[in-house]
Amino acid sequence: MSNEAVFQAPAAAGTHHDVHGDHHGEHHHHETFITKYVFSQDHKMIAKQFLITGMVWAVLGGLMSVLFRLQIGYPDANFPWLQDLLGKWWAEGGKITPQAYYALVTTHGTVLVFFVLTAGLSGTFANFLIPLQVGARDMASPFMNMLSYWFFFTASVVMLSSIFVENGPFSGGWTAYPPLSALGDASPGSKTGMDLWLISMALFVVSSLLGGLNYIATVLNMRTKGMSMTRLPLTIWALFFTAVLGVLSFPVLFSGFILLIFDRNFGTSFYLSDIFVNGVGALPNEGGSAILYQHLFWFLGHPEVYIILLPAMGMVSEILSVNSRKPIFGYMAMIGSLFAIAILAFLVWAHHMFVTGLNPFLGSIFVLLTLLIAVPSAIKVFNWITTLWRGNIRFTPGMLFAIGFVSLFISGGLTGIWLGNSALDIHLHDTYFVIAHFHIVMGVASMFGMFAGIYHWFPKMYGRYLNNNLGYIHFWITIAGAYMIFWPMHYEGLAGMPRRYYDYSVWESFKQFADLNRFISTVAMIVFAVQILFLVNFFYSIFKGRKVTTQNPWGSNTLEWTTPINPGHGNWVGEIPEVYRWAYDYGKDGKEFIPQTKPIGDDESHH
Amino acid sequence: MLLSDNMTEEKRIHPHKFTLWVAMGSIVMMFAGLTSAYIVKKNQSSWLEFELPKIFWYSTLVILLSSVTIHLAGKSFKAREMGRYRNLITITAGLGVLFMVLQVLGFQNLEQRNIALTGVKSNSAASFLFVITGLHMLHVLGGVIAILVIFIRAYAGRVKQYSSISIDLVSTYWHFVDILWIYLFIFYNWIG
Repeated sequence: MSNEAVFQAPAAAGTHHDVHGDHHGEHHHHETFITKYVFSQDHKMIAKQFLITGMVWAVLGGLMSVLFRLQIGYPDANFPWLQDLLGKWWAEGGKITPQAYYALVTTHGTVLVFFVLTAGLSGTFANFLIPLQVGARDMASPFMNMLSYWFFFTASVVMLSSIFVENGPFSGGWTAYPPLSALGDASPGSKTGMDLWLISMALFVVSSLLGGLNYIATVLNMRTKGMSMTRLPLTIWALFFTAVLGVLSFPVLFSGFILLIFDRNFGTSFYLSDIFVNGVGALPNEGGSAILYQHLFWFLGHPEVYIILLPAMGMVSEILSVNSRKPIFGYMAMIGSLFAIAILAFLVWAHHMFVTGLNPFLGSIFVLLTLLIAVPSAIKVFNWITTLWRGNIRFTPGMLFAIGFVSLFISGGLTGIWLGNSALDIHLHDTYFVIAHFHIVMGVASMFGMFAGIYHWFPKMYGRYLNNNLGYIHFWITIAGAYMIFWPMHYEGLAGMPRRYYDYSVWESFKQFADLNRFISTVAMIVFAVQILFLVNFFYSIFKGRKVTTQNPWGSNTLEWTTPINPGHGNWVGEIPEVYRWAYDYGKDGKEFIPQTKPIGDDESHH
Repeated sequence: MLLSDNMTEEKRIHPHKFTLWVAMGSIVMMFAGLTSAYIVKKNQSSWLEFELPKIFWYSTLVILLSSVTIHLAGKSFKAREMGRYRNLITITAGLGVLFMVLQVLGFQNLEQRNIALTGVKSNSAASFLFVITGLHMLHVLGGVIAILVIFIRAYAGRVKQYSSISIDLVSTYWHFVDILWIYLFIFYNWIG
């Protein structure tokens, strides 16, 4: 089925969208503000909607971390203006209250993992890059794609509203383990806040599934002529595996949530047993197992880590190759390692549960499977470095962030080997060592992948460039800051400092870290401020940035740079170009780059 | 642009069909998650053993029969026997509704036997049965709604529909919820 045939059969599966058959490309008659900017079915606009919504959440989530770092770094200080700003519930007498602290930690985690690094990252770039790089006019189902965004938007609104309810947002940790999440009486945040959290997350799962289905169908079915799977850029491979992971793991989380909803609202005992709540008394629930929730949660939770990381890996592979002016090293090995990571993602969930009383024999199997992930990860790192090796490197801001990603992935990945060992995990579990590990390897690294993607594809998104100097400032302060924030946390964790505590200054063992905590908090504030600088750059450049004057500013081989500078809905004017080669012919036969659309010449050495 | 390469044209299935297959894979994962949770829970303490409602046998027959009728409906559509097609999808939708009614009667049967499905007196064995079967019912309901949509289109369409994609999609999905129920039925009776 060709792309046009899909466009011309809008009623095929109950979807109704405009028929573009007769007038592709830039000629659009009936576009109003609503259909162009709000209920748009153009994948590029939906990508921008995901990106900007993700940015709003990144600012809110980041601000939350600044607030709770204020408490950790300055446990004795009072900031009366905080109460004026946030109100009594959040900051009574200018000090973050314990309840607010847990609410902030929980919401920070939920928002960053799901709304920023899942929706904001793969929502943005899967939408933007898949049709453009495989050579399709839009997604398999633009209507479902639009629904995907609006489900995400509704989820966002619900989550945002939970911040303003009387008892505050959910405060039992982003993993929402029962019984804290299952019993309204367990804590203030477990009341309305948790209801809203669950509604929001259920909507979010629907959004992810709608998006993921579309990404898979588009990659497999809508590639242009000549674009075989092994000619796809690695970005597409990574986004494809991301979508597969999401489609297979989010439903399991959803089933976990359904059981949780029944425990919360209909008195069942899936997760609850032998519970005594202070002020309420003993509960009648019997026979439930809280560990069951952990299994269901982490069966999503671990693939979720790769849902976050793989898009960043794909974009970094592409950006490193383009800006090294060299083919990616080990293209097939890169695909193979993505595949291996995607498979292993489903086989390691219990390494989050080593201290739940898991059978040690079973634990050792999960240790083995977990450590196996080091193999594909090391292959990828090796290939990134060998792609850089003797390359003709152009240090654009996008390239710097891509290199920064590799650095962070190595640093964070190595501590993964520590944590993957069940024996070491007994000591390190729930300490700052874990916080340091996953923030570096998953959080900051993926943020770097996202920044790399934004700097690199901004010219395609808006037809303008981001300001380079601001980009360099953004990069250097962020990478230095990321290491200054998270590196010291390894020492705190090794010393046994647990995560999620409200005030470490009352613990004799952790008093030694008072200065270190203050240092981390201060750096966190600086890094946050620099992200605001990036946002200023972003929004200023949308309207006033330097204009892109050539179709292919980076000298890149992939198809998105064969579209007009400001592509309309339908992407290409006239026919979709045909593809004759893979995406990585850089520096071949003395030519700097050969786009995928150029037929193989007689004089070429090999292909 | 029609693909000049006919081989490619034949090889590739319609994107919407493909999307449906992936979506079904996704639904399978949800039920796999729930039934494995069922097994984990069953092997722990205080699991109530009880006999399944007999009426589930009838609902199984009904949903099997509905798969036959929707299959015949698809054949009639392709043979352009529109009258027969309308009758058959109407029967299919009716059987779908009957299936849901029978499931609800099954739940009532359990409640009458003092096996609570929800509430603090419930055992998670019965709750699991209720939640999993109920979720499956919701998926059947989705199928019924999809049939209604193509049904209305069969009557009210201003433009004659010659494309069999809609009926193919609905029929595939309907067989899927049928097989899903068969799996659950076997699971409750002999595996779980």
